[in-house]
Formats: sequence, structure tokens, C-alpha cells
Amino acid sequence: MGSTGKLTGVLKKYTMLLALVVVVIFFFFATDGVTLNPKNINNLIAQNAYVFVLATGMLLCILTGGNIDLAVGSVVCFAGGVGAVMMDKNIPWPVATVVMLVIGLLIGMWQGFWIAYIKVPPFIATLAGMLAFRGLSNVVMGGYQYTVDDHTFLNVFGGGADCYIPDFLRNEGIVTAVGKTLNGWGIQFHDVEGNVVSLNEYTFNWTCLYVGILFVIGFVIFTIVNRGLLKKNGYTLDPVIAVIIKTVLICGVALWIAFKLASYKGIPTALIWIIAVLAIFSYITKKTTLGRNFYAVGGSEKATRLSGINTNRVMFLAYTLMGFLAGFAGILNIARYVGAQPTYGQGYEMDAIAACFIGGASAYGGTGTIGGVIIGAALMGVINQGMSIMGTSANMQVVVKGLVLLIAVFFDVMSKVFKKGGSKA
Amino acid sequence: MAEVLLEMKSITKTFPGVKALDNVNLKVEKGEIHALVGENGAGKSTLMNVLSGIYPYGTYDGDIIYNGEVCQFHKIKDSESKGIVIIHQELALVPYMTIGENMFLGNERGKKYNIDWNLTYSEADKYLKMVGLTDSSKTLVKDIGTGKQQLVEIAKALAKNAKLLMLDEPTSSLNETDSRALLDLMLEFKKNGMTMIIISHKLNEVAYVADKITIVRDGSTIETLDCKKDDISEDRIIKGMVAREMTDRFPKRKDVKIGDMMMEVKNWTVYHPEFTERKVVDDVSINVRKGEVVGIYGLMGAGRTELAMSIFGRSYGIGITGELLLNGTPVHLTSPKSAIAHKIAYVTEDRKGNGLVLTNSIKTNTSLANLDAISKNKVIDQDKEYAVAVEYVKKLRTKTPSVEQNVGNLSGGNQQKVLLSKWMFADPDVLILDEPTRGIDVGAKYEIYCIINDLAAAGKSVILISSELPEVIGMSDRIYIMNAAKIVGEMPASEATQENIMACIVKSGRGE
Repeated sequence: MGSTGKLTGVLKKYTMLLALVVVVIFFFFATDGVTLNPKNINNLIAQNAYVFVLATGMLLCILTGGNIDLAVGSVVCFAGGVGAVMMDKNIPWPVATVVMLVIGLLIGMWQGFWIAYIKVPPFIATLAGMLAFRGLSNVVMGGYQYTVDDHTFLNVFGGGADCYIPDFLRNEGIVTAVGKTLNGWGIQFHDVEGNVVSLNEYTFNWTCLYVGILFVIGFVIFTIVNRGLLKKNGYTLDPVIAVIIKTVLICGVALWIAFKLASYKGIPTALIWIIAVLAIFSYITKKTTLGRNFYAVGGSEKATRLSGINTNRVMFLAYTLMGFLAGFAGILNIARYVGAQPTYGQGYEMDAIAACFIGGASAYGGTGTIGGVIIGAALMGVINQGMSIMGTSANMQVVVKGLVLLIAVFFDVMSKVFKKGGSKA
Repeated sequence: MAEVLLEMKSITKTFPGVKALDNVNLKVEKGEIHALVGENGAGKSTLMNVLSGIYPYGTYDGDIIYNGEVCQFHKIKDSESKGIVIIHQELALVPYMTIGENMFLGNERGKKYNIDWNLTYSEADKYLKMVGLTDSSKTLVKDIGTGKQQLVEIAKALAKNAKLLMLDEPTSSLNETDSRALLDLMLEFKKNGMTMIIISHKLNEVAYVADKITIVRDGSTIETLDCKKDDISEDRIIKGMVAREMTDRFPKRKDVKIGDMMMEVKNWTVYHPEFTERKVVDDVSINVRKGEVVGIYGLMGAGRTELAMSIFGRSYGIGITGELLLNGTPVHLTSPKSAIAHKIAYVTEDRKGNGLVLTNSIKTNTSLANLDAISKNKVIDQDKEYAVAVEYVKKLRTKTPSVEQNVGNLSGGNQQKVLLSKWMFADPDVLILDEPTRGIDVGAKYEIYCIINDLAAAGKSVILISSELPEVIGMSDRIYIMNAAKIVGEMPASEATQENIMACIVKSGRGE
């Protein structure tokens, strides 16, 4: 492969990341910078928590061969509905939480059973689930709306007004010192009315900033240590400059987000859950044999079976994990909306599917990463929010989302066509 | 005296790296049955594809002269409009459509937006009668047997107003009676002035129907025999088919040490998973010893792959009966997983479909069949995995920039090496290699032969399945010959010649 091949390879790898950057910049200018103010950054994360969680599960299904799960929206609603009804009946929230997760898990197993062992096509099996669990949601809630008012539950899972990590690391001494230094450099702070205030009076969540700084330090140390290990084991290394650029970019974005969130109310608890889910499943897909099996089944089910891997079980587990995550998204959903309605979760499956495909998962299975899912979900979220702020009608928003999905998959298909043509010639 | 209907003049067709047809000349006279014979891969099917326009004009060199005019076919429709119709070896019928619908598929009666079903079925019935079928044309194709399906294919060709009919292995999936009926039908068509080309491995059938026989070998037409004048004995034809130079294409094995009995398969019978009454492996018994290379020779469709896959944890077929002994102990393998656990490996003939995950790297393909060896508590030790992949790339001299390369980007020979790596890493005692050198170049073939010899020298038992006679003879210690689901011969390699192996197959084809 020549240097042009390498360049196109890099471009192809980061196409969607570039698209995300372009879209962010576009909305920044189109809205006079409103999209990037602290509150909107915060909302972007909190509002899209369910997309990140569902898309992670959906990725597993898609990896196994482009299979999708249409039922997740209904499962989110059903699991959340059961939880809301339970809490309404004054059942303690930890019990309700466990029940919601178990419901998700069981639904996943149920669908996985039909798909993996009875060989019902996933589209049909999950379409059945989509209808059935929507109906069951109505049955459970009796067509009514339920409010969740357990504050511990809401705080833990990111709903209501104060679902943020408290600023427990704030130290007035340090704040005063930093404030003095900054004032010395001619930097001043203003409150909402525009009056000059001291840094101590200025709304700022120091814990959030510390966490951001800790992340950056950790990331840099990890990168250096990892590179040393790679070198020791004789792997081919990426060029130093590429690593530095990548590290600087990631650290920069992380610090910037931390700063923005700190300027608002701090770390939203939803973010913690998103990161936890993404980290766990990134580990599973990258480092475990199960993760390897998902990719292999999608790449070639026959070859995988003939390699002594129980492919039915792999399919079953993909849908089981999807169900579990749908149950978890149900929890986040009722916390976010401080209640449940029989209509919640409609269209969530499509958001999750779209996030995966936009993030580079192949519609034929076998390729796709959690990193891609993050980009895909973020891109969808940014487009949604940007258009809302610009005042685009909800109807047009759906049209744009559809087109974005189409274009993303078009890229995937075209790159495959070119590849095939290349190897044949 | 007779008028020449078709002449193909110095046809040459190259695929990347391979000359599939090299200066082929073929003359077919009006009203004759002309047979094309040759080994698998000799170029018969390529020739047919050139003639029918599947390989369009311009992708090959040479001229096709049909009915006195030079033809340039760009697609199948072009050749069909002139009355040249091919019936392919694999039946091209849609099972859930009626005979009539199939017959006129793409050639519908009536108007494009208003199909005339009455006309369709009445014409279909007419053509069915011509091929001697009494079934209604409204019967679904899935409800009739393979023999009848083959006749439907012929009726379909007639419906296209065929003047030159080409049949590619028309009897390969038929039983004795159906085959005979088909050949007789061909002879009857000939009386009515139809010209036909038949490709067949069954020399007795060729002798029965053909007027002329053209032998194809290594992409060239060797000779054309006239059945009325020349000697067309099977020995004579086989000689034409296989004669070729055999110089050092196979590395010699040093100090062959054949040890104890490793695996025995006794009275093994397997049925087809879809056509559940068809035996694809019929009462087969084979064995292999430690350090031995056992060849299984057979033509495509003889049941070799089916035998191998059914042994490999019943990964093919249904109603499998028979006994499998490893080191003298009977074992019952129910899945590829259990087969691997019992140290059996099956290296598939279909490396792209059944063997490799093309979208994954060399590294992950190498470890796929033995993930447990590189992981702890289901968590993969990435360093170990990398080291293993590098080791095998070095050992097998796989040409690649890195082990992170996707196997889809490798050449056939290197893909085959990755596939071998995967199974060598699974550390088997018995390796079943199914067509390990298919579609790879001569240099890579030689390297793979060396690997096979190394495996045998390390005390592994190797079963080498191949449809290339020289390969089987050159590599094996002992050879089984398989034909029509049965083992029809067994001989030590020292006694094997291309002629007597072919003779085994021909004899069994006659039911002797």
C-alpha cells in the first residue's frame, strides 16, 4: 500500500469524526455560538444518554451480521413503565431498578431464543417484540402517566434538577488563590447580570474540572506506558507525531467539555452511566473472546462455526445483552423524564440503529466499534440539538436525520464496492 | 459433407495471472453431438462461457463464427437470440415457481406488462411433451425430482428456440435410469436436426451419444476424435486427458515414518440435508495412520467434501451413520467444537466462504479456532495473540506487511497459508485438507506441499482431498479413489498412475 493508500485509509477511518467536527462548527456559526454554551453541552449529554446505551447494544446485534433489534423502543418503555408503577406503589427504588434490569435481560433472552435457536429472522422476531411490548406497556400503565418522585432514584440515574455529581472537591483556599492569579492577569469574572464578581462567587463546579484534569493526566500516562509496552513486544508503532496529535486532540476535547460542564452545574450523573456502559462494552468487544466471536460471526458465520465456535450462542448473547441494555435505558429514560408514559421510547430503535451505521458499522456485519458508536450517537445528537436551536421544524429534523443515515451507509457500501473492484482487477 | 455450424478460432482467455484458455479451436457440424472432455479446471466451462457471452466479446481473443458469420456476443441474450443455449451443471430453476413460470422466466409470453398465462402454460405443456414429461406445467419445480428438473431445463432451452444446445455435465446429479433417458432424448433431438455440445466426465456416456470428441487439457484443445473413424476407447481418451509432464512439482519426503493407526472411519453414510433421500456418502470406510499422508481423489461432486465435513463434527449432512475411531477408541463428535477438542482439523476447500473471516486480520483469523490458548478467563492476551500470529507468518512464509492486515486483501496463496496457520495453531493430530492448492499459483503450491510434508514428518495424520491427479499421486502415501458417494478403489501411491486411477472411476461409473 502506497502513501496515497495510507492517506485514504486514514481519511476513511476518520470520515465520520471529520463530519462530526464540520457539523459542530456549522451549528456553532449558524446559531451564533449558542449550541456550544455550557447548558447546551450538558443537555446534549443528558438528552442523548439513551442513544449511547441503546446503540452500544445495537452494535452487538449489527456485528453478528447486520441484524437489528426493532423492539428496543418498546422494551425501554415497558421496563421503565414497570419500574415507574412499582415506585408509584412505594416499592423501594433499588428493587424497582433490579426488576427493570431483569425484565430487559429476560426480554433479550426471549428474543435471542427465537432468533438464535429457532432461526426466526431477527427483523420478524423483533418486530413482534416491538408490537407486543408496546402493548404490554399500555397494559401495565393502564394507559396512564406515572410520575417518579423518588429523589434518590432521580439523582442516581440523572433526572430532575440536581442530578449532578456534587462539588465535593471544592476548596475555597485554592479558589481564592486561583482567582487572585487570574485577576492579576487581567481576567475578570461576571455573574448573570454582568457585574464583576470574585471567582469564589462565580458559579463553577471545581470537582468537574479536577476530574477532567485527572482524566487527561491518566490518559497521557496510559499512552506513554502503553507505547513502551508495544515497543517492548515488537509491535509496529504508529508514528510519534500521529500519537501526539491524537493525544492532544482527545485531551483538549475532554478538558474543554469538563470546563463547559463545570461552568454549568458539573458532571451530569447520566454521563457517568454512559461512560460506564461504553467502557464495559468497549472492553468486551476488544479484549474478550466473546467480543471476538461477535465480529467473527458477522464476518463469516460458516467459517466461525467450523472453527468450533457455537454461533447460535453468540447470536443469543448479542440479543440478551441488547435486552439488558434496553432495560437500563428504560431506567435512564424514566429518570430523565421524571416519569413514564405508554408512548415513551417510540423511534428509539431507529436512533440506535442510525447511530451504529453512521458510526461506521457495516450493514453486513463484522465491522464496527464502540468508538464509532460514540461518534454516530454524538453526530445525531448534535444535529438534533442544532436544528432545534435554529428553530427547524420537528418534521424537517426527521428528514435530515434520514438523509444523514442514507449518506453514511452509502459511504460504507461504496467503500466495499471499491475494495471488491480493487481485488478483482 | 456436413455444414459447419459453429467454429471457434484460436480463442484465448486470460484471468489475472492465469491463462484459462490458450488458443482453443473447436469446429461443430450441424446436426452432430459433440463431446468436450477434460479434467476439472481444463477450461471446458470457460469455453462455454465465452461462447454464450457470459464473458463478453472483447474480454477474450479469437473469433466465434456461427452460421457463417462472425459473432460478437456481449451478453447471454445475444447468444440466445441466435439459438445458442447453455444448460448449466447446477440447475437454474426457482424451486417455488411452477414449471411454466420457470420455463419462460425472462422470456415471458404475452406482453411485458400483461403476461398471457394461458399461452404460457399451453406452450409449456407442449415443450414438456417434447422432452417426454407428462407432468402439468403448473407443478411447482420443488415437487419434481432432479431427473425431471433436468428435463425441464432442456424444455426451457427448447422454448428459447435453441438451435445449438450445450449441456454442461447434464447427468452429474442423475441416477442411472434418468441419465439413460436423457441421453436417449439427446439422440432423438439429433434425428430432428438439433446440434448439441455435451460436457461430461462420464466417458461411457460420451461414447454412447457423441459423434465427435474434443479433448481439452490445460486450457488447450488437444485433439478431436471422430467416433466413426478413430479409436475412442476409454484408455485412449484418458491418455489424452491426463498426459502431461510431471517434473519436480512435488517436494520429496524424507524419512517417512508411518506409525500406529490414528483415525478409522467405518461404514460411514451421510444423506443430503435438503434432498433427504440422496446419499452423498455411501458406506465409506477409510483410515489414516500417524505420519501418513492419505490422498482422496475424486471428481467434483463425488462426495469428498461431504465425507470430510461429516467426519468433522457432523458439520454437513443428516442421518449420519457409521463408526469413527480415534486411536482405537470410538468417539461421537457432534459439533466442530467437539471435533477440535478431539484434535481433528478440517481445512476447507472454500477458504473465502467457510474458512476465513475476510473482514478480520491475519492475527484474529489465526487464533479463531483456538482462542482458549491465548486467553485467560475469556479475556484475550493480546500480546500472546500477536506473537502467535507473527510466529506463523514467519513459519509459513506468508507475504504480508503486518499481521494486522485483513485477510481479504491477501492473495489466494497467502490466504491459504493463513487458513493453514489457523488449523496448525489448533494443534490437531488429524488434518483433513480439502483442495488445499485450489486456485493458487505454482510457487505457493510448492510451499504448501512442503508444509504438508513437514506436518507428516511431525507425526500428524494428513488426509489430502484433491481433484488434481498429479497432486494426489505426488503427495500421498496411499490413495483412496472416490466416485458417486463411494470409495471405488484404494492403492499405495507407488502403484498409482493417472491411468489406473481414472480407470477405477470409469469402471465404477459403469457399475462394474
